[in-house]
Amino acid sequence: MIPTAFEYRRAGSVAEALSLLQEGGPEAKLLAGGHSLIPMMKQRLAEPGLLIDIGGLDELRGIQEDGGEIAIGAAMTHAEIAASDLLRAQAPIVAETAANIGDAQVRNRGTIGGSLAHADPGADLPAVMVALDATIALLGPNGERKVQAEDFFQDILTVDLAEDEIVTGVCFQACRSAAYAKLEQRASKFALVGVAAALSLDGGTCSSARVAVTGASSHAQRLSGVEGALAGASLPDGAASAASGAGDALDFVNEDLHGSEEYRRAMTAVFARRAIEAAAGRS
Amino acid sequence: MTIADGPALPKLIGERVKRREDPRLIQGQATYVDDIKLPGMLHLAFKRSDIAHGVIRSIDTSAAAAMEGVELVITGAELAEHLGPMPIGTPFPAPDHFSVATDKVRYVGEPVAVVVAEDRYIARDAADAIEVEYDELPAVVDPEAAMEADSATLHEGFERNIAVESYWGGTGVNPETAQPEDDSAVDAAFAEADVVVSQRMLNQRLAPNAMEPRGVVAQYEPGREYLTVWSATQNPHILRTLVAAMMGLGEHQVRAVAPEVGGGFGCKINIYGEEYVAAALSRLVKAPVKWIEDRTEAFLTTTHGRDLLGYIDLAAKSDGTITGLKARIIADIGAYEVLLTAMIPTLTGLMMNGVYRLPVVRHELTEVFTNKTPTDAYRGAGRPEGLYFLERAVDMVARELDMDPAEIRRKNFVPADEFPFATQSGLVYDSGNYEPCLDKALEVADWQGLLAERDAARAEGRIVGVGLSFYVEVCGLGPSAVVPTGGWEHSGVTVERGGKVTATTGASPHGQGNETTFAQMLADHFSIPLEDITILHGDTGVVKQGIGTFGSRSQAVGGAALISAAGKAGDKMKQFAAALMTDQEVSPEDLVFEDGRIQVEGAPEVSKTFAEVADYAYVPVPLPPGMEPGVSEEAFFEPENNTYPFGCHISMVEVDRDTGETKLLKLIAVDDCGNVINPLIVDGQVHGGLAQGIGQAMFEEVVYDEDGQPVTASFMDYVMPRAADLPVFELDRTVTPTPINPLGAKGVGEAGTIGSTPCVVNAAVDALAPFGVTHIEMPLRPERMWRLINEGGQS
Ligand SMILES: Cc1cc2nc3c(=O)[nH]c(=O)nc-3n(C[C@H](O)[C@H](O)[C@H](O)COP(=O)(O)OP(=O)(O)OC[C@H]3O[C@@H](n4cnc5c(N)ncnc54)[C@H](O)[C@@H]3O)c2cc1C
Repeated sequence: MIPTAFEYRRAGSVAEALSLLQEGGPEAKLLAGGHSLIPMMKQRLAEPGLLIDIGGLDELRGIQEDGGEIAIGAAMTHAEIAASDLLRAQAPIVAETAANIGDAQVRNRGTIGGSLAHADPGADLPAVMVALDATIALLGPNGERKVQAEDFFQDILTVDLAEDEIVTGVCFQACRSAAYAKLEQRASKFALVGVAAALSLDGGTCSSARVAVTGASSHAQRLSGVEGALAGASLPDGAASAASGAGDALDFVNEDLHGSEEYRRAMTAVFARRAIEAAAGRS
Repeated sequence: MTIADGPALPKLIGERVKRREDPRLIQGQATYVDDIKLPGMLHLAFKRSDIAHGVIRSIDTSAAAAMEGVELVITGAELAEHLGPMPIGTPFPAPDHFSVATDKVRYVGEPVAVVVAEDRYIARDAADAIEVEYDELPAVVDPEAAMEADSATLHEGFERNIAVESYWGGTGVNPETAQPEDDSAVDAAFAEADVVVSQRMLNQRLAPNAMEPRGVVAQYEPGREYLTVWSATQNPHILRTLVAAMMGLGEHQVRAVAPEVGGGFGCKINIYGEEYVAAALSRLVKAPVKWIEDRTEAFLTTTHGRDLLGYIDLAAKSDGTITGLKARIIADIGAYEVLLTAMIPTLTGLMMNGVYRLPVVRHELTEVFTNKTPTDAYRGAGRPEGLYFLERAVDMVARELDMDPAEIRRKNFVPADEFPFATQSGLVYDSGNYEPCLDKALEVADWQGLLAERDAARAEGRIVGVGLSFYVEVCGLGPSAVVPTGGWEHSGVTVERGGKVTATTGASPHGQGNETTFAQMLADHFSIPLEDITILHGDTGVVKQGIGTFGSRSQAVGGAALISAAGKAGDKMKQFAAALMTDQEVSPEDLVFEDGRIQVEGAPEVSKTFAEVADYAYVPVPLPPGMEPGVSEEAFFEPENNTYPFGCHISMVEVDRDTGETKLLKLIAVDDCGNVINPLIVDGQVHGGLAQGIGQAMFEEVVYDEDGQPVTASFMDYVMPRAADLPVFELDRTVTPTPINPLGAKGVGEAGTIGSTPCVVNAAVDALAPFGVTHIEMPLRPERMWRLINEGGQS
């Protein structure tokens, strides 16, 4: 529980953080809330030589809405996101998901940028971002780059982010009829299986849907079978049948003490149904 | 105004006095081991085995030793020149167990070398730099497979990995010959039974997880040849005895201190290798040394609890009368026997009589070595296991016979007029009155209402169950005949100048609240304010003698010693008071303590204040004939027997049909721990115990993989119960005093962990009974429950 020695630098700006990242090379790591990185360092699973703290940078803060598009700065904490009136009104799925991450200490320190960059297979926000078709904004030595969430998450702890890039924020279209449902891993409270559903509703009928799962597999990903089955379905009654095959379609499923592959597949269907029902119940 | 004119002092025994120790604890003003910083202090880090089983081929310490700030690197083999094998506190045969492994490692986390360095960071880095090569051996993980002839063995001389085997049966053990009596009666009882239930049940391995991990600071003063050891321990006096022996010192050369201790739950009874190593290395490097366990080490190296596999058979007549019990128990004790390891599973069989008249019993116990962390006491220590097996089996019989779980228990209770009651296992229950306790629990829970609520929920398609358990347990450990360290307790009571009181106790509280309850007792005894009393504990330099706090003994044994010492001090105060009242010709026997005075009973005008008598005792002019100055008395209390508290727990659970998640809706606990000194503290003890007992039923389990690698070595995987997982407990009690000590108090520290576990599992089985489920293994993992709902049967 004691990390190896490291140097700590607090960046004064995103530009400074970028140049420190370049200087530091593979030894350097960004530090945001520290609630994924520091536990790994204490276990000596990560041994960075240089930590560049971006947690307090104003440039990475804020939650804004502009013409129906909502942008969240990378350094916003889960607690701030959970408490945002703007999100509660216009994208309640995001605020609610953040409110159920870990415990109060984790929410007070952990950030959305850190959660997405780290891409723990059981992290909650990645599924929500995929379902909302969010764009993730990255800044590197060659300027800005935008990646769709579904392309960003690639594998276990693996994202489309170069070593010298910073996640600056995310943006997505406001959406009320979206919800996230998760089965908590009982020790860590990460998602054993979590499903986010964002629906376009026409009365009781679903015209189109984006549904994404986390926890079940190596990384957050769309459940396209469910999305297809939802098109034209009447809700909430059609939720169960649309969700029924959700788990079977996954080609890789995690397995551990807390849930076998079979259980996680089954729970993917259960939580897909719950997420769809909750989303459909929102107007 | 003198105290004599002051207000009447309320009696405090039986009052909900708030814990006096809490303000300093919750404001961070208390001193734990890690707060102790001595000039020139060095720090230890242990290199630990990352494999479960292997022979140490080589240890290369050169890189570590070369690091700046490293004072010493020492391997187990080198350390063995300074420290012999560790002592144990049981009479069972045990293999040598060195503080640091000398030639072979037997569990992940076992130390192989130690670093002494300037600070903790350097020490840890240096430990990482030590290179160890092993010849790996097959890991022995499954205790049943461990007993097969083809299994690898951990210890030479322990064939088939068997540490202890015991057997008794029939109508019990013949006390003359110590041999099992003819047990054909057991077979006959089973042959004649109308119903027999047979179940294999696992009482799983648990990690105690005290909030404060272990830690030790040792300071050997050369020249003075005196060792001081501060340790997060439950029993500093035992620590002193054993460290002295290991160091070749006399007890007069060792002071052991348990400063504030942040929970023990049994795991801080054992005296660990790290404590001996710290003492030995402080002498070797001539500087104070400190070691503080980190959480990973706590999971890997602090003793685990439970891990008993039971094959249980219970026979009964069709009217529910229990006619016989067979228990074959396999205890997976891990890699070594530490202080009480081998004794704990023996308590299981001793207590498996429960609250019932059991005509015949056959009990077989095998304790088996595996490549896992050693086990020892964990809150309840042996009793939760036995009561779990029994209370599950009784419930199964009730289900077979379609009997109400309360009524089958009532039918088999030891009746109130049969106490003291001798069990099949040779114990004598001091006192008991089970039916009123059952009735009260049924009333508080509204049992019939609960059943109706369950049935209504089922009619709606919900999966709901109710469960009940009735336990008896053993507290107040003593007497000396059964506790290897001695089963007495010691106390000192000094009336200081000015009439204030300092008392010492050999009980060493680490969360039990004795500073409050013991002060309440003295306040009433002397009729002085609580604020005038200080209770000191946990320091062998201050507390002359003691055994410690475990086995729910601090009140029943420590409290009795305190009252005995207080009685002696009180007698002397009365003698001094009488001497001050010579003009009135008062005899000490006529005097009582009343509202800060010592007065003739019923005549407050004939009195002296407690303070003036105390002042006189220290400046005794004239000194009464035959008396010594001062008032400082001490007492040892040796209980003649243990105490046997009991209680009834009732719960209601609901299972999510889709996910298998179990929610505990209600928990009602009616406990009888005899006379209660402080109901608030008793409730607190019950609350904590319930949380841990429910934790075992629903959440907790230490898991190893087939290579002996721990899978649950952090809180990211080891599921602890949290406040949000628990309902608001409904508590009540009945009071059946014990005749064993003058207080009539039995002990309550472990009760909650004993009744709640089978109670919750019984409720879960009841919930899934409509699916054909007859038993569920702990913990109630969602996937396990989900499978049972979908597949039925057992898990
Ligand atoms: C006990 C516990 C319970 C938890 N439970 C949950 C849960 O239920 N659900 C859940 O989703 N999460 C959970 N988490 C994880 C938590 O949400 C983390 O805080 C989050 O995943 C990481 O955010 P952070 O700001 O702490 O990142 P850090 O730990 O600071 O960093 C994580 C990684 O991301 C990189 N990084 C950070 N910010 C950026 C950036 N702006 N650009 C590029 N790279 C960056 C870092 O270099 C590092 O590699 C839990 C954590 C703990 C300790």
